[in-house]
Amino acid sequence: MQPTALRRLAAGIALGLALPLAAAAPRDDLLAAYAAAAKAANPAFAGFSAERGQTLHTRQFAGGKPDTPACTSCHGPDVRGPGRTPAGKAVEAMAVSVNPSRYADPAKVEKWFKRNCNEVLGRECTPQEKGDWLSFMSAR
Amino acid sequence: MTARTPFPPRRLARPLALALLVVGFSALLLGRAQAGGGHYYPPVADPVVREECGSCHLAFAPSMLPARSWQKMMGELQNHFGDDASVEPATARRIADYLVANAGDSAAGRPYAGKLLRGVPPEAAPQRISELPKWRKEHREVPDWEWRHKEVRTRANCLACHTAAERGYYDD
Repeated sequence: MQPTALRRLAAGIALGLALPLAAAAPRDDLLAAYAAAAKAANPAFAGFSAERGQTLHTRQFAGGKPDTPACTSCHGPDVRGPGRTPAGKAVEAMAVSVNPSRYADPAKVEKWFKRNCNEVLGRECTPQEKGDWLSFMSAR
Repeated sequence: MTARTPFPPRRLARPLALALLVVGFSALLLGRAQAGGGHYYPPVADPVVREECGSCHLAFAPSMLPARSWQKMMGELQNHFGDDASVEPATARRIADYLVANAGDSAAGRPYAGKLLRGVPPEAAPQRISELPKWRKEHREVPDWEWRHKEVRTRANCLACHTAAERGYYDD
C-alpha cells in the first residue's frame, strides 16, 4: 500500500471513530441548556428523568387538539418504530438507538417542540419537560 | 423420425402466442400510460422546501397549484389547515420563491400542470389541490369508504393510492 493511501485510511478510521462522538455533542449541549433553563425556573431542579419523559410521551392530554391528544398519536406506540402523521406521512423512529442522527440540530428540535407541544398539550413545553423527554429518547 | 417428432411450428405455437400476448399487453399498458401522459408532476427538488413542506404530508408538487395559491398559503402559515406551520422568515421566503417559480401557471411549471388548473377562476387562489375541479373529476369514481379507510383517511394522502407520488407519478 502507498504511504498516502495508508494515511488516508488512518484518517478515515479516525473520522469514523470521531463521528459518533460528534453526533452526541449537540444533544448533550441541548440537555445542558435545558438543565440551565430548568434550574433558573426552579432552584430545586434535580436533573432530568427518562421515566418522567416516558410518561410525558405516552400521556393523554386534553388541552391540545382533539385528534392529537398524545405524542404517540403521530409518533406511534413504540419509540423504536415509525409513526404516522394525520396526513399519512411516515415519521421516523424517535429513539436515538435506532435513529442516531436525530437531535443533532438544536433549531430543528426547538421547532418541533414548539409546534408539537402546542398541538398536543395546548401550550409550550417547559425546559424540564423537554429535558425529561430528550433523556427518555436518548435512553431508548 | 420426422413422423414421430411434432412439426416444429406446432411446438412453437404456444410460446409464440404467449409472447404475442405479452407484447400486446405491454403495448396496451404503454398506450394507457401515454394517454394519461399529464400525470407527472415533478417532485420538490429543493432540499429545504422538501424538508419543511414534507415533514407532515407529502411535499406537494408546486405545479399542482397556481402561483397566487402558494403566495396566499405562505402568508398564512400560522394557520395552515388548522396547524401552526410557521417557519423562519428567511426559510419562508426561500420556500415561497421556489413554489411560485415552479407553480402550475409559471413558465417552469406550466408544461407539467396540464389540465389540472382548468376551470379555476382567475381571481380564485385555491388552497386544497383536492378542491380543483379537474382533481374532483379525476377522483369521482373513488367511493366514500375508500377515503375513510384507515390507510387513507384524508385526500391529502396521495401516497396511499399513488405509490410513486413522491417521485412525481400519479398514474392510477
